[in-house]
Amino acid sequence: MSDKKTITFALMDPPYENARSTTALRLINIAAQRGYNVNVFAYEGAVGLPFTKQSPHPNAVHGHDADEEDHPLPHVWIEAIAASAEAAGGKLDWINCGLCVDERGVHEALDFVRRGSPADLWQWAESSDNTLVIPTK
Amino acid sequence: MAKYLLIESRDPFDSNDVANFYEMASGLIREGNEVTLFLVQNGVLPARRSGASPPLTSLTRRGAEVLADDFSLRERGITEDRLAEGIQPSALDIVVDHLANGSKVIWH
Repeated sequence: MSDKKTITFALMDPPYENARSTTALRLINIAAQRGYNVNVFAYEGAVGLPFTKQSPHPNAVHGHDADEEDHPLPHVWIEAIAASAEAAGGKLDWINCGLCVDERGVHEALDFVRRGSPADLWQWAESSDNTLVIPTK
Repeated sequence: MAKYLLIESRDPFDSNDVANFYEMASGLIREGNEVTLFLVQNGVLPARRSGASPPLTSLTRRGAEVLADDFSLRERGITEDRLAEGIQPSALDIVVDHLANGSKVIWH
């Protein structure tokens, strides 16, 4: 087996709702920065993570405009992780569950995000060095 | 003997099934496996010396490595000197190490 590892992650939580999403992206970022090939299968609400219509907003309670609020946008983080992977000699491959996307209407995703089904997760799990499923509660 | 990394993200004050996860760690050790229990998010709360920490210290005495995500600890203001006996802070990188090395990794 080559030194370049391939690790698959399965995510289910939507953005902005649970620390699991943040931890998952931290893990994916670590693997990407090592130059690993990283597969992400987004299921259920996790298909909203690379949704490009997430937008910054002001916060009147804090008295911040949009720039001062600097609200985190997961799709921006994911794009940065993909760039880190490429710079380190690896690749971030991301598949959104197609039916989950249709149900939620989150079709506008980052360019490299592909549409797929749980069968893709099975194939990735078969071909990867390891797989971590991060289930929703 | 297999290597297991068990990731606990829930705290026992909120989720009764955390005890089941600790028990699974104990059972895997009893069966001769190498077990690391990694605490993350609210899973680090019982890492503080408290009424909830003895089960974790007990696991370390049985041979488990019990680690707590240093980022989650900082978020919650838990300093290293407040950790219960046997529990060590660790970077999240340890999870990717285990994934890359072929451990069986289970998230709860």
